[in-house]
Amino acid sequence: MLWEEREYERKRGIGMAEFVLELNGITKTFPGVKALDNVHFRLKPGEIHALMGENGAGKSTFIKIITGVYRPDEGDMLVNGRKVELKGPRHAAELGIAAIYQHVTCYPDLTVTENIFMGHERVEKGTRRLLWKEMHEEAQRLLDELGADFHSRMTMGALSVAQQQIVEIAKALSANARIIIMDEPTAALTVRECEQLYAITERLRAGGASIIFISHRFEDMYRLADNVTVFRDGKYIGTWGVHDISNKDLIVAMVGREVTQLFPKKDAQIGDEVLRVEGLGATGYFADINFSVRRGEIVGLTGLVGSGRSEVCQAIFGIGPRDRGKIYVEGREASIRRPADAMALGIGYLPEDRQKQGLILNWEIAGNITLPALRRLARMGWIRRKAEWSVAKMLAEKLGVKATGIFDLVGSLSGGNQQKVVVAKLLTSELKVLILDEPTKGVDVGAKSAIYEIIGELAAQGYGILLVSSEMPEVIGLSDRIVVMREGRITAILDRSEATQETILEAAMDDSTRETGASA
Amino acid sequence: MMADKPMAQQAAQAVPSGGAVRRASLSVHIMRFRELGLLGFVVLLALLVQWRNPSFLTLENINDLLRNAAILSILALGMMLVIVTRGIDLSIGATLALSGMITALTVSANPGMHPMAALLLGTAIGLACGSLLGWFVARLGILPIIATLGMMNVFRGLTFTISGGKWVSAHQMPDSFTGIATGSILGINTLIFIAIVAYAVFHYFVNHTRTGRQIYAVGSNPEAAVISGIPKERLLWLVYAIMGALSGLCGVLWVAKFASAQGDTAMGYELTVIAACVLGGVSIAGGVGKVSGVLVGSLLIGMLNNALPLLNVSPFWQTAIQGGIILLAVLANVWVKRSVDRNHLLRRRI
Repeated sequence: MLWEEREYERKRGIGMAEFVLELNGITKTFPGVKALDNVHFRLKPGEIHALMGENGAGKSTFIKIITGVYRPDEGDMLVNGRKVELKGPRHAAELGIAAIYQHVTCYPDLTVTENIFMGHERVEKGTRRLLWKEMHEEAQRLLDELGADFHSRMTMGALSVAQQQIVEIAKALSANARIIIMDEPTAALTVRECEQLYAITERLRAGGASIIFISHRFEDMYRLADNVTVFRDGKYIGTWGVHDISNKDLIVAMVGREVTQLFPKKDAQIGDEVLRVEGLGATGYFADINFSVRRGEIVGLTGLVGSGRSEVCQAIFGIGPRDRGKIYVEGREASIRRPADAMALGIGYLPEDRQKQGLILNWEIAGNITLPALRRLARMGWIRRKAEWSVAKMLAEKLGVKATGIFDLVGSLSGGNQQKVVVAKLLTSELKVLILDEPTKGVDVGAKSAIYEIIGELAAQGYGILLVSSEMPEVIGLSDRIVVMREGRITAILDRSEATQETILEAAMDDSTRETGASA
Repeated sequence: MMADKPMAQQAAQAVPSGGAVRRASLSVHIMRFRELGLLGFVVLLALLVQWRNPSFLTLENINDLLRNAAILSILALGMMLVIVTRGIDLSIGATLALSGMITALTVSANPGMHPMAALLLGTAIGLACGSLLGWFVARLGILPIIATLGMMNVFRGLTFTISGGKWVSAHQMPDSFTGIATGSILGINTLIFIAIVAYAVFHYFVNHTRTGRQIYAVGSNPEAAVISGIPKERLLWLVYAIMGALSGLCGVLWVAKFASAQGDTAMGYELTVIAACVLGGVSIAGGVGKVSGVLVGSLLIGMLNNALPLLNVSPFWQTAIQGGIILLAVLANVWVKRSVDRNHLLRRRI
C-alpha cells in the first residue's frame, strides 16, 4: 500500500488535505423532480462515513454525481481540496473514486479477472495487446488478499452475491481507488458474509482509503462508521458522530416523523393446521424438511443465504425442484407440480425479487393487482372493467398503497408501495397460506413497519403465513415459531419464547462458520 | 510495474494458506465442453456421411466444402459481435447484394479494374451501409431488429433500382474478377484464405484487445458498461460497421464465386448466418460468443449443405433435414450442459 500512497501523492503533488472529498451545495434536477437540493457532504481521510436515508432520499443520485455519471446543476466538488468538474465516470476513476454498486456493475458472462480490470485493462506498450497472464495473476493476488475462496478465471455469473461483491472490491483496489463508495453492500448478504465484509472494509480503511457506506441497516453503521450523514427527500438533514445521536433521533431524521412500534404484534387466533410438509427433499438443495403452518400463525423460515430456505418455498409452490416428500394442505395430501396447482389449493407466493417476478412495471396498479384473478373477473373472455377496477381499488385502499389512483404506473411507486401491490395481487385469490419471501427487502424503514402491520393483519384474518427472511429482528419480531435451516436441513424449530438472535445464529451456523464469524 | 512485485510477496505472506483455494472452475470446463460437444457432433456426422458415401472425405470434396462455407463463416464472425451486444442484423443479405451489384456493374463497365480494387470497393460500400445502421442503433437508439429490418428493405430496393432489375452475368465479368473465387494464394483457395485471415484477425481482436473485450462487457451488462465509462455508443456503432464491411466484402466474393449479380442475391441468407452463430454457442441474450464456436457452427452448416446432396437426399427434403439437425445439435448442447449441472448438484453434500 505504501507505494500506492506515494504514487498517489506524487501524481497530485500535494499533501493530505483536510477532506479527501467535499461537496457543497449540490443540486440536481430531473424532469419533474428535484432529486438533490443544496446538499453537502464531507469525507475525511481514512474515514468510514455512513450515508443514510429512505429510498428516494437522493442517495443514488448523489453517488452518481460523485462518480461522474451525472453532472450536478449547481454546486462544487472538491477532491483533496481541489475543485474538480468531472467529465465522466472515467475521470472520476482517474481521481481515485470507485463505487461498489449493489447489482448493476458486474458482467455476468465475463471472468472475474475481466470484471476486475474492465475499464483499466493492462496492455502491452506499443502493441496494445492485453496482458492476460499479468491480469490473471494480479486478480488472483487481490482475491487472495481479500480472503476470497474462488478463482480469478471463474465466470462472474457463477459466483454468489457476496463473492461478486468481493470482486467489486478487488476492482476498486486494482484501480487504486482512495475514495470508495459502497452502495447497500450488505442488503443481500447473510450475517456471516456481513462480518466478512466488515472485516474487508476495515482493512481498506487501514490501507488508507476513505469510504462512504450506504445502508439501511443500523447495525452496519454502528459496526463501521465514524460519522453519519442523513438525506431526506433530496435535502441534507445533518451529519453526526455515530455515537452522538440516538437510534430514535436518527430514525426521525430519516423518516421525518417518529416510527413508534416497529413490530405490531397482533393477537391472532391460531387454528388448525393448513400446511404441512413431510420429508421434503431436492437433490443438491435440501433434504428431510418437516414443518407445519397453522391458521393465523406466522412461521418464520430463516438461515444463511444458500441454506435452502428459498428453495424449500419454491418447491412448495411448484416452481423449484423437489424429488422427495409430501405436502399436505388442510390435512390432505396435495400434488403440486406447478404454481397453478399450488394456487388452486390456496397457496400464494410473494417472490423475493418483486420487480422481476412480482410486477409488470410499465402497467398500471389496477392491471397488476387483478392479473391473477382475470379468469374470475371475465365473462365469456371479456374482462369486466368495472369489476376489475373496484377489486383493485378496494385492495389498494385496504393495504394503503400510496398513489394518486389505481391507474398510476407501478414503476413510478416506491419500493414499499410496490410491495403492497404484490401483496394485493395475492389477496385477489382465495388463499389459505401465504409464502412471503423476503417481503421487506430493499424497503425503507417507514414502509417496513407498514408491511409488518399488513403481515400481522393477514395473520389475524386467518391466513397461515410462512415468512422467509434473513433479517433477524424481523423474524423474531413477527413469527410465532421459527424454523432455522443450515445447508439444506432444518437445524432448529424455535418457539417465539425461546427465539433470540443468539439461539437462531447458533442453529444457522455450523462450527466452522461461527469461527470465521468470530475471528473476522 | 516493478513495484508490484514486493506488494505481491507481502500479500502472499499476509494470507493464510487456506485462503487461496485454487480450484479450477467448473463453469470454465462447461464452456470448453460445450464446444467439444459440438465438434464431436461434427466428427460423428462426418463419419456417418463417409460411411454412406466414401467420396465425402476426399481432399477435393473437403476443399469444395470449405470454399462454400467460407462466405458464411466470415459473415458469422460479424454477426457474432452484433449478437454479443444483444443486437441482431437482418440487413446483411441485402447489404451483400447491394455491394455485390454495384461492384459487378463497376467491374463490367471497367474490365481493367484490379480485383483488389473491386474487393475494396465492395467493402467500402458495405462499411457505409453498416455505419449508417450503427448510427441508427447507437445514436438514435432504434431497436436493432427494427432498424435492420427497415434498412434491409431499403438496401434491397436500392439493389433493384441500380440494376434496373437486370442481372449482371458471367460474360459481363472479366476473368480477373471471377478469378477472386477460383484463384489461390499460397496454394490455398482465395476464399478460404480470406476466411482464415478473417478468423485470425478476429481471434486477436476479440481476445487480446481492449476494444474487443469491451464489446463483450457492453453485451453482458450495458448499464454497468456506461457506469464504468465504457464508450457504449461507439462500440455499438463499431459492431454494425464491422458487420457491414464484412457483408460488403462477402458481396464481392459471392458475385465472383457465382459469376452473377442479381437483385435477389443472398435473400434470407442472414438467417443462415444467425443459425451458424447460435449453433456455435453465441447467446442471443448477449455477452457470450466465441470465435472458435462460430467456426464450428459455420462448418457444421457448410457440411450439411455439402453432405446431403452426396447422400442423394431429395433437394425438397434437404432444408427440412438441415433444420432438424440444427435443432438436434442445439438440443444436444442443452442436454450436455444440463447433465453437467446435475452432476454438480449431486456432488454437493447436504
